[in-house]
Amino acid sequence: MANQIGNYSLFIALIASIFLIFQSYRLTRNSSKNLDSKIFSVLSVQSLMVLISFISLVFAFIVSDFSNKTVYNNSHTTKPLFYKISGTWGNHEGSLLLWLLVLTFFLFIFLINSKNLPKKYRLLTLTFQEVIIFGFLLFILFTSNPFINLFPIPKEGTGLNPILQDPALALHPPILYIGYVGTSIIFSASLAALVCGNVNKVWASHIKKWIIISWIFLTIGIMLGSIWAYYELGWGGFWFWDPVENVSLMPWFCLTALLHTIVVLEKRNTFKSWTIILSITTFSLSMSGTFLVRSGILNSIHTFANDPSRGVFILCFLFFLIFLAIIIFFIYQKNISNSSIRTYLISKETAMLVNNWFMMFFLSVVLIGTVYPILLEVINGSKISIGPPFYQKLILPFLIPFLLFMAIGPNLKWVKDHINKIKLEQPIFLFISILISYLFTTSYGVSYLFSVPMFGLGFFLFFLTIRDFFSGKSTLSQKIAHFGFSLFILSILFNGVLAKEYSSNMKVGDERKFMNKIIKFENLKITQELNYQSLTGEFNISDDRGNLNLKPEIRIYNQPKTLTSEADIISTIYSDNFLVFNVLKDDGYYNVRYQHKPLMIWIWLSVILIFVGGILGYFKKK
Amino acid sequence: MYGKKVKLRALFILLIFLSVVLTSFLIFKSLEENVVYFKSPTEVKNLAELENKKIRVGGMVKKDSIKTNDLEISFIITDFQNELIVSFKGSVPNLFEEGKGVVAEGFLEDRNYLKATKILAKHDENYMPPEVEEALKENN
Repeated sequence: MANQIGNYSLFIALIASIFLIFQSYRLTRNSSKNLDSKIFSVLSVQSLMVLISFISLVFAFIVSDFSNKTVYNNSHTTKPLFYKISGTWGNHEGSLLLWLLVLTFFLFIFLINSKNLPKKYRLLTLTFQEVIIFGFLLFILFTSNPFINLFPIPKEGTGLNPILQDPALALHPPILYIGYVGTSIIFSASLAALVCGNVNKVWASHIKKWIIISWIFLTIGIMLGSIWAYYELGWGGFWFWDPVENVSLMPWFCLTALLHTIVVLEKRNTFKSWTIILSITTFSLSMSGTFLVRSGILNSIHTFANDPSRGVFILCFLFFLIFLAIIIFFIYQKNISNSSIRTYLISKETAMLVNNWFMMFFLSVVLIGTVYPILLEVINGSKISIGPPFYQKLILPFLIPFLLFMAIGPNLKWVKDHINKIKLEQPIFLFISILISYLFTTSYGVSYLFSVPMFGLGFFLFFLTIRDFFSGKSTLSQKIAHFGFSLFILSILFNGVLAKEYSSNMKVGDERKFMNKIIKFENLKITQELNYQSLTGEFNISDDRGNLNLKPEIRIYNQPKTLTSEADIISTIYSDNFLVFNVLKDDGYYNVRYQHKPLMIWIWLSVILIFVGGILGYFKKK
Repeated sequence: MYGKKVKLRALFILLIFLSVVLTSFLIFKSLEENVVYFKSPTEVKNLAELENKKIRVGGMVKKDSIKTNDLEISFIITDFQNELIVSFKGSVPNLFEEGKGVVAEGFLEDRNYLKATKILAKHDENYMPPEVEEALKENN
């Protein structure tokens, strides 16, 4: 039943989409003031239909309806209810349905919230957004339909990949998708604004809300994924430059750049074309993210479901949208009135522009590092991978000037400022920061050619952002976000320099010495849970300052039969103690990895601060 | 003479051009140094010369080949045509198991022996490296 309901509602949504594309486009030529009520009701029907089909899929997962192929492939009766529900978007078909759901609902909210904007602009946004919705509906219905019937009906499903059975990962896809899909509204709205010729201050302050919303969700989504990889994959770090991670970082760079230019557009009415270009790029990157992850092209160690024919469809659709956007941009570019307000070199505008340059540089590094292996494989068939050193080497040195500009920029005035106005306190702060980092690097024996300026500017930004809380000229949201970023950089740096790792193969009762610590494998407990068997190791780590008991776990899931290991992490505000163990084979040895990660928790906390800044920016009064 | 505005614009374009050139130079130079090639055991066997560069070898972990002692793990990667012995100090991922796909990154000592610095396994229980799949098809 649920299958038929879901399937038919998607077809109705498809018809609604075709109607909306033509009707809304036709009405842009009509001069009446109000939106046609017919459009609104059709749109409501469409959103409702997509919602119904999504709910019927969730329902099929909850009741374990194995006549549905998606449910059969990704669920199991013994799975806890929470993971039955999250299993809905833990697979390709379901996650696309979620994309679609967010797409239609964002459009709905957009139309409700834009009542005081020109009718033509709203209708055109609707048209563009419906083109995207139409493409996704076609994609879902014809290449990845979540409502395929199975007959005879299997008794039991094959289960969800156990590493996906995790609270952080249950929330990660929906949140990331809200961020991704939010960029689609920005894309449609920018094209519409371009066609209508209203790329101006009013439009900027309206679209800024959408940019902030997408940016907040993208930031949280990336963070959740990163936390998950930290404890569930047992990678024991916060970023691995894995292609799947990179793909979510690229739109983030672009969106962050956009977040800054839109402020310039709002306040100073310039950077118009650039804003439009950034909007188009951001959405293209979000789409290619979906394409790269879903097509299975990425040679990543954590790509899940994939199928090449789907990839081809998304690729064609992506090219179509980019092509459409470029054509519209070149035809209507003359609509952008270039304000001839003069801007001087030393000004806030320049500072924002500098931010954008850096974002574009980081973006190109990550883009090339991610795409180059794919290109090379297509061209000459050789398989390569690009490791973390590539990114670190190219990004870290550029962080030095980036941090400097980030510290100074926010306090510059619009239009024109003077260099001689920089007070004595800034050089003093800089001097103190460099001194601290010099003392630190020498006392820890870190090679300091590079570390001194890195740490120094990290501290410089840290001090200046703290000072700005008392005397700064910019908004509170900016201050919090930048302060969070300085904390972020410092925690990464300290973490990177001071982290220690030890791994060994141990039997129960074994003891190992590492630095000044003694790691003891005390006991192993076996318990039976609902859908897995658990081996819990009891480890004791002692040094002159005390004792830590860590209990990592190995889970042997029955359906599908898979091992996962759950790291045990003791987090304090000073450091994380991370221990994970793995079974190798039945010879009594366990592969144990212990990591001491100073300031690890501050990486997550600082990201939270950064998006708190975003949230404040969203609720800021005019 | 050109006006001030034209000059400024020319300078601006020149700057953009220079930074693009510099960026691409940096990126591609760094690419050259940090590329890690992916090979199958058969390709390793047929290597013309051994370079002292990091490589990745992918295949299946041979049945009953994992040996463990206090410090090291050793196992055999096979693509069902050729085999490669791997020794490794460090931690292995969840899905590292006999009979499952694996990717070992490290340095070749000779054509039969890889000292691994990192072991990667796909996070999908049904995953099989494409080369191995092809090799299996050929054998059948």
